[in-house]
Parts: sequence; structure tokens; C-alpha cells
Amino acid sequence: MTRALINVPKTAKRGDVIEIRAMIAHPMETGYRMGPNGVAIPRNIIKRFACAYDGAEVFAADFFPAMSANPFVAFSTVATSSGTLTFSWTDDAGNTETATAEIAVG
Amino acid sequence: MADETPAEIAQKTRPSLNEVVRAFTGGRPVQAGRVTLSVPPLVENGNAVGVTVTVDSPMTASDHVRRIALFNEKNPQPDIAVFHLGARAGRARVATRIRLATSQTMVAVAELSDGSFWSAKANVIVTLAACIEDLS
Repeated sequence: MTRALINVPKTAKRGDVIEIRAMIAHPMETGYRMGPNGVAIPRNIIKRFACAYDGAEVFAADFFPAMSANPFVAFSTVATSSGTLTFSWTDDAGNTETATAEIAVG
Repeated sequence: MADETPAEIAQKTRPSLNEVVRAFTGGRPVQAGRVTLSVPPLVENGNAVGVTVTVDSPMTASDHVRRIALFNEKNPQPDIAVFHLGARAGRARVATRIRLATSQTMVAVAELSDGSFWSAKANVIVTLAACIEDLS
């Protein structure tokens, strides 16, 4: 897999609700398309997205073929402490891509 | 028929919107309200339709949204996504981008921490469908 784009505020006040936006480059092949040889292209989508805040999962999503290519999701979480947000995307092939972002909470 | 595409076969066997909502809720009643499903009423390109779901919830430890599911009426498969939230989300709002194979109804269902289910529907007209059968 390839590049992930993550948008997380660098700083926040304790208790603030912060918005997080995450996107990853992935074709999200549905399994319904025909290749040039008339054979269906096998399904390969990102099935699971998860965001952990200092190791504790704060948001997750199960995706189905109706998600767009390069799946994008925006959600929010409460800024509790300075730490690391870990993002992971897992596809049908079993590949997991991770990305991290740091947040400073004052 | 031998010349049916996988998409056509899936269309015949897919469950209805009501059936998938019932499967998600485990048969418990779904009330209309508290959920806002924002989607453009007219979409030019069904390959990337922006969708925002907001649930009216205080998002406290005792009263929050557990899950939000998105379903469609006419894509080959009814599921779009299931989002897992919790009190730590702070705000019950999720935005994403989806594919729509044709003009149809969408439904968002939210499961709250008290076990109740709430939903909202939206109709979308798609002028260019998401390409599900052929290479474009």
C-alpha cells in the first residue's frame, strides 16, 4: 500500500473535541469490475480502519465495497493528554498500513 | 444465465434495505429522528459522494453513540460502512466518501449506549453512476 494523509491538530486544550481527518491511497477494488480479459478483478478493499489514542482505540470503522477509492473518513475525539494517535488500515490481502501523529495537550 | 455479470447476480440476491437494517439492530425497533444524514440531493459522480452523519447525543460516559451504520438500497451490496464510536469521540459526527451505483435511498442507523436505535433516510439522484462492471 501507499501513502496516508492525516490531519490532526498539533496542539489542543485538555477536554477539547478535536477533528481528525484521514485518507489513504487504495484502489478499493470492489470485485464487481471486469478486467480486460473478461475475468472479474478480485476484490481488494480496506476492511478495517482504526484510530488509537495512546494505545486505546477511540474510533474504528468497518468498510464495504461501497466506500470510495482512497477511503476518507473524518471523525472526532476528546483531547485527553499529550500523546500519539496511531492509525491503521487493513485490507483484504491482510496488509496493514499504519501512520502516527503527535498531539500536545496543554 | 451464463452471461450475467457478477454485479447483476449480486443485485438479485441482495437483501432489501429493511432486512439489512433489521440485521444490524437485531430486530429491535428503530425510531426516526436524532440522526442527520447529509448527502447532496443531486450527485454528478457516484464514485465519490460526500456523506456526513451527525447524531444528537451528549456523548457522555452514560449516554453516547456506540455505532453508526450506513446502508444503501441499490448497490450490489447493501452495506457501506459501520463506524464504532464511544464516549471518547466527544461529538457524534462522521464524514466519509462513498460510491453509489444508481439513484437510490440511503439510510443511516445509530445505536446508542442505552440500546436504542435511531435512523434517518436520504434520497440521492446520481447522474453518473459509480462504475461497478467495467474498466472505465
